[in-house]
Amino acid sequence: MLAVPQAQPARRTLRLEPPRSWQMLNLAELRDYRELLFFFVWRDVKVRYKQTVLGAMWAIIQPLATTFFFALVFGRFGGMSKQVNGSYALHVFAGMMPWTFFANAVTLAGNSLVGSSHLITKVYFPRILVPLSAIASGLVDFAVSFAVLAVLMASYHVAPTWRLAAAPLFVAGTVAAAAGAGILFAALIVTYRDVRYVLAFVVQLWLFATPVLYTLDIIPPQYRLWYALNPATGMISGFRASVLGTPFPMDVVLVSSIATVVLAVAGVRYFVQVERRFADVI
Amino acid sequence: MSSDAIAIERLGKRYTIGAAQMGAATLGESLASWVKAPWRRFVHLSGRNEETQFWALTDVSFRVEVGEVIGIVGPNGAGKSTLLKILSRITPPTTGYADLTGRVSSLLEVGTGFHPELTGRENIFLNGAILGMYRAEIRRKFDAIVAFAELERFIDTPVKHYSSGMFVRLAFSVAAHLDPEILIVDEVLSVGDLHFRNRCLGRMQDLRGEGRTVLFVSHDLTAVRQLCTRAVMLEGGRLVDDGTPADVTRRYERQHHSAAGSTTGAADRAQPPRGYHLRRVELRNGTGEVTSRFDAGDVMEIHLWSSGRAPENSYTAEFKLLNDDDQVISYGAANPVRDRYYRAEDQHFVCRLGPLPLTEGAYSLSFSVGVWNVERWDAWSKAIGFTIERCDLFHTGHGIANINDGDFVINQEWLNGS
Repeated sequence: MLAVPQAQPARRTLRLEPPRSWQMLNLAELRDYRELLFFFVWRDVKVRYKQTVLGAMWAIIQPLATTFFFALVFGRFGGMSKQVNGSYALHVFAGMMPWTFFANAVTLAGNSLVGSSHLITKVYFPRILVPLSAIASGLVDFAVSFAVLAVLMASYHVAPTWRLAAAPLFVAGTVAAAAGAGILFAALIVTYRDVRYVLAFVVQLWLFATPVLYTLDIIPPQYRLWYALNPATGMISGFRASVLGTPFPMDVVLVSSIATVVLAVAGVRYFVQVERRFADVI
Repeated sequence: MSSDAIAIERLGKRYTIGAAQMGAATLGESLASWVKAPWRRFVHLSGRNEETQFWALTDVSFRVEVGEVIGIVGPNGAGKSTLLKILSRITPPTTGYADLTGRVSSLLEVGTGFHPELTGRENIFLNGAILGMYRAEIRRKFDAIVAFAELERFIDTPVKHYSSGMFVRLAFSVAAHLDPEILIVDEVLSVGDLHFRNRCLGRMQDLRGEGRTVLFVSHDLTAVRQLCTRAVMLEGGRLVDDGTPADVTRRYERQHHSAAGSTTGAADRAQPPRGYHLRRVELRNGTGEVTSRFDAGDVMEIHLWSSGRAPENSYTAEFKLLNDDDQVISYGAANPVRDRYYRAEDQHFVCRLGPLPLTEGAYSLSFSVGVWNVERWDAWSKAIGFTIERCDLFHTGHGIANINDGDFVINQEWLNGS
């Protein structure tokens, strides 16, 4: 037989063997596959905007409509607007924006692997790209809703302050928390299909365990730090403080940041541990 | 070691089937089974758990040198797909290991990840990325891919508007422009129209000329003989043969197809029983030519000769049609179907069969003679084999093969229901 025409610079030998008991996330491999992550996100965004008549409008309508109804029901009828300095609607929107992203990201990422079973059984790539791309494609909608926030802030005469500079940190924290939970649920749902229903339920309850509709101040001080163990608590109240220019709840942010890191590490750990058997059970 | 592209050592794969796997389907049941685990472990130790575990692959070892084109043959359930899935990194082995040296591309299917809403152009990029190409590489090869698929005019049309032939052409074209050092290919060449299939086979021959290593699983023994430099045969999860494509495919045919006639269209009984028996069969096409190759929609004439004195004066002949898994898929007999009896000694039976509604693939015929429903004097099992080369009864331009689409095509009409 003929020899291979040009020698590859470094011919690596890949060994395929039974899974070890302790798997590690292969970061070098993830870097090799970053273009595929980009293509998955690009596909999700493109298909979503092609299939719906309103396209990008949904990114605006969803948080706006929920904000309107929550402001009406809890703010007006429920009297919660008295707890908030300034506009209750703006308060809710500034929380609803990252919450909508978070809830969609966890739900989409959680169901993403099962929805990609045709890929999982036919071609190899790091499986973690599937939930990651579901989360990343939600960021596009999140960016769009910033425009609405700007309009709302202008109409309520709230000017951005230096605190806005911290917003990207809280967005990053929200992404990390959503990734941790989404990746964990994605791996669980492949093996246990009924976790799908648990996920829908958990996301619903999670909203009420997060200061989106109310403020941190209504939590009794002795429970405040326990409450911050919910990663979304610190990220969402931090995000709100940064856009509305109110003081940062530093204690809560710190505890939630630690919880976020723990959740993200745990989610990725569990995923990597079980990912090689996905094709056999999906 | 240095010149091996693939080294497979004692590779094995165990699947858990039946109760144990079902148990893991829901979290509730999993918790229940966790509680019961000590008991199960006890049952396992006492050896009563065997039926829930199934070895799809056992102790398979072989090496592939750089530049070899290896055909993997074997009956259904032999472990071919499992081997391919392990080498494609879709599923891990249970025992042993495989070393792959060089850039690997695997094609278990064409068009993996195609999205119907996206245009041909967008799908080329998406599918290329899924198959492991870099964006710059896809951009460089883009024009060649479009030209190979002959789809210049439709490249900005969503693929949901493509005909299935166009879809397959585009998918193949992306795959054909992969540039791997090791290529792993499943049965994918069995789809697509004949013209396009030949071009794909040509592309594979190019790869062979360039010294690429190819692992090729196929039921198409002719393709294995044409393309491969070596062949291995799997059976029951074990490697049972390794040698030249001619030797291995011949052994496979001997074991899994009828002994004779599957290439010539005529067969004589090798060891005829004493007494009245069937001795020769011929398959003829519409023009009277003896052949083993037919197309769907053709008429087949079966000529069957018996010799000796029949025990009774009126009797009948029967045939059974078998698919390539040796399942009986159809039956016919002179007496009940045509109210026809035979009397002569040294009878020459003729049965006109068709138009044949069969899909592409290999089939065989078994014959018997006797008094229908009462007595069988002679049976000639898998007397002759034949192939359906082409099945395109609806003129769609792409074939229907029994590997994926069943053995039969039923005449059909599709209407708009609203």
